[in-house]
Amino acid sequence: MATVLADTKHVAMADFKGKVDPDWCPGCGDFGVLAAVQKALVDLQIPNHNVVTISGIGCSSNFPGFINTYGMHTLHGRALAVATGLKLANHELTVLVTGGDGDGFGIGGNHFVHSMRRNVDLLYIVMDNQIYGLTTGQTSPTSRIGMKTKSMPFGNIEAPVNPISLALAAGATFVARGFSAEQKHLTELIKQGIQHKGFSFLDVFSPCVTYNLDNTYQWFRPRVKKLEDDPVHDPTDWMAAMGKSLLWGDEIPIGKFFERTDLPTLHGAEPVLNAGPLLHGDSRIPPDVARSFVEELT
Amino acid sequence: MKQTFTIAIGGAAGQGVATPGDIFAKIFSRRGLHLNAYNAYQSIIRGGHTFLTIRTGPEKVTNMGDRLDLLIPLNQDAMNRHLGLLTNGAACIFNAETIKPGAAAEGVALCPLPVSKLADITRNKVAQNTLAVGAGLSMMGIGFQAVQEVFTEQFKKKGEAVVSENVGIARAGYDYATANFKPFARPLPMTGNRYAVLSGNTAMAMGGAAAGVKFYCAYPMSPSTGVLHWMAAHARKAGIMVRQVEDEIGVVNMAIGAAHAGVRSMCATSGGGFALMSEGLGMSAMMETPVVVIDCQRAGPSTGVPTKTEQGDLWQMLGAAFGDYPRVLAAPLDIGDCFKIIPEIFNIADRFQCPGLVLCDLLLSEGRLSVDPKDLDFAPVIDRGELITTVTAASGTHDNGGYKRYKITESGISPRAIPGVPGYTHTAATDEHEEDGVLISDEFTNPTKRRAMMEKRMRKVAGIEAVVSPPALVGPRNAEITLIGWGSTKGVIEEACEILSDQGISANQLQIRWLVPLHGEAILDILKDARHTIIVENNYSGQFARYLRSETSYVPNGYIRKYDGEPFMPHHIVEAVKEQLGGTTRLSVPAHEILV
Repeated sequence: MATVLADTKHVAMADFKGKVDPDWCPGCGDFGVLAAVQKALVDLQIPNHNVVTISGIGCSSNFPGFINTYGMHTLHGRALAVATGLKLANHELTVLVTGGDGDGFGIGGNHFVHSMRRNVDLLYIVMDNQIYGLTTGQTSPTSRIGMKTKSMPFGNIEAPVNPISLALAAGATFVARGFSAEQKHLTELIKQGIQHKGFSFLDVFSPCVTYNLDNTYQWFRPRVKKLEDDPVHDPTDWMAAMGKSLLWGDEIPIGKFFERTDLPTLHGAEPVLNAGPLLHGDSRIPPDVARSFVEELT
Repeated sequence: MKQTFTIAIGGAAGQGVATPGDIFAKIFSRRGLHLNAYNAYQSIIRGGHTFLTIRTGPEKVTNMGDRLDLLIPLNQDAMNRHLGLLTNGAACIFNAETIKPGAAAEGVALCPLPVSKLADITRNKVAQNTLAVGAGLSMMGIGFQAVQEVFTEQFKKKGEAVVSENVGIARAGYDYATANFKPFARPLPMTGNRYAVLSGNTAMAMGGAAAGVKFYCAYPMSPSTGVLHWMAAHARKAGIMVRQVEDEIGVVNMAIGAAHAGVRSMCATSGGGFALMSEGLGMSAMMETPVVVIDCQRAGPSTGVPTKTEQGDLWQMLGAAFGDYPRVLAAPLDIGDCFKIIPEIFNIADRFQCPGLVLCDLLLSEGRLSVDPKDLDFAPVIDRGELITTVTAASGTHDNGGYKRYKITESGISPRAIPGVPGYTHTAATDEHEEDGVLISDEFTNPTKRRAMMEKRMRKVAGIEAVVSPPALVGPRNAEITLIGWGSTKGVIEEACEILSDQGISANQLQIRWLVPLHGEAILDILKDARHTIIVENNYSGQFARYLRSETSYVPNGYIRKYDGEPFMPHHIVEAVKEQLGGTTRLSVPAHEILV
């Protein structure tokens, strides 16, 4: 995500305080993600009116209501499509897309894959709790095999999607994973994701304390290992990143898996935007151009 | 009766039906003749059968008409299918070496071309087509100068050699016909006018450009794809961002995203794609972010007949997305109107911050019509409504949180700030919300606020009704018959009325362009004096008749419907009217005589 130059006014934490407090369950991992996003925006000094937070539907998709930026709380699974249109119409805006694993990898799976191959310049944060929360606890696309939920009471028999491998395969140019209990680390990843020019994917372990009793804070804490602490990890090496993405079990990597900066963003590759954002363009077709359109038909 | 002349070219897909069609169309429009072209084709890239009719004349031509004057079959199949349609005075030009004519009606001129003697068919695979075009133009009494000009233009991209080869072949066909075939009784006249010839899809795309559309996206779907093609080809010159998206769900959401940022945004599809867009329209209405969606109807249900026309999506449009919300829905009346309707509907959608739906169909989308270039107005009125794009004295400065995006107003319209404006941050949500955008769907549910927001949005309906003009009756007031149609049937009903009047049955026409708002009261007022009313539409169940009844309780005297995939021809309506006046039936379903 490209950064909009900060206005002269100092941007403070209070600027991003939402009109209402989050109504997530006490202990929900999403609180940590919200705090980290607010902190990252302050650190980067991006004024709130230049930020658009766009979500789908679900617990974590209530996010735009809890932060003071421009927001769009759209349809289930459609946030990335909406965000793509918005970014192309005004690429000077910083676009954050927030949502959950069901929203992004289930109902929104198609847009997820295509947004990555397009290299749309935005940061997509998935608060991944491996469960459907707002519908009171059903299996999600990232639920592990064997997990018992209301929709699969005898245990899930479907293999979960691996969001990191999928993002790498689909061509995301920034791929990272965070843990909502690792605030400083998460804030750093969000800042990098915002600054990256292109599609930044950030999968965040954000435990659901009400419906997912398998993947809890206690479960994650001993397992997560920061890639930044691995002296041989090279985030420019796609093959190595793919290898790391497959690790799951006693050791689960978090941090930046992969980043490449040599590819144009979607808006950067489109000559129509050379003159600046569409929003600022003249809405009238110049008379000589209009005449040429009609002449083609005579 | 107006003077018209109709050419039909039939052959397999890939045999080159389109090029002779383009050449005829260009020659006619440059002679100042009006024309209407319709291509009956199949969902096949090579093979099968396509049948292009081009009808031309000095007066406005609005439909394919009832009569063929010149048939050019490019293969035996086309000859077998269509020779029987020709009547006294018509001619059929064909390749004498590959096609056997069969029995023709009395007075039909069979004009065999000795193709291999006139052109080198080993070099030019479509020589028979070019010869036939040359021969036909000679019989119509058009000077070779005009023919040469258009051929030169048609092939100039392929180089000098190709141009001279094709002009040579056309000349051979022209001269052979001059020497051997009888010219048509009435040569085609010339006028001082010069027309643009375009399809409804091109017209809607250009109308979008004229309206100031800056974002267009689509997923390819017949018969709407032409809009995408024009947009994509002209995007850079027009400064329009054009994207091809993974599916129609993505299309409508992307279009709404762009619209939300503050630009005019449009997309087009057909019924199947529109079904996928349905949920998105509710979002446009709930967030109050205007977007224009075009549905080019084809014969359904489901995949249906992708290359055939129908007016079968009306109830889908009326019922698209759940819940109650304001929408506008318009059906263009002809190809010229396809252009004009787009800026109009954008102004309403923008002003009332709601989705605008255009209900076109294959007949207009892919048909072609001559239009006066003056009618393609690239400087229409643009009304963006109450849009806040910068902080001004009028919009005021707001402390964070002070701006009410969904302010409750008398008109139901709340000034809309776009992202990027300092001090106006807010969240637009698909959940129900209060004036400042905060959700009232979870922690803060509140029946009083919910009611107030529903009423605020729905108040826009009355405002929309006030800015859209009611339909009007065309023709003699006290006519024996009133024909009621909507959208693309305008031209054919108009001609049916003329034919009926010529035959001593006075007829008038009520054509509906705006479906929502319908103006039911005004329609009832018009129809209260009508003597015998018949609703004409291109679907099985009488979708408009049922809609009119649901809105007004009005029941007409009869119905004429067609759902075979092909459009009405004037005689279908004329004969059905007579049948119904005779009292034998109240529902006529004309049979399509052309085998396509």
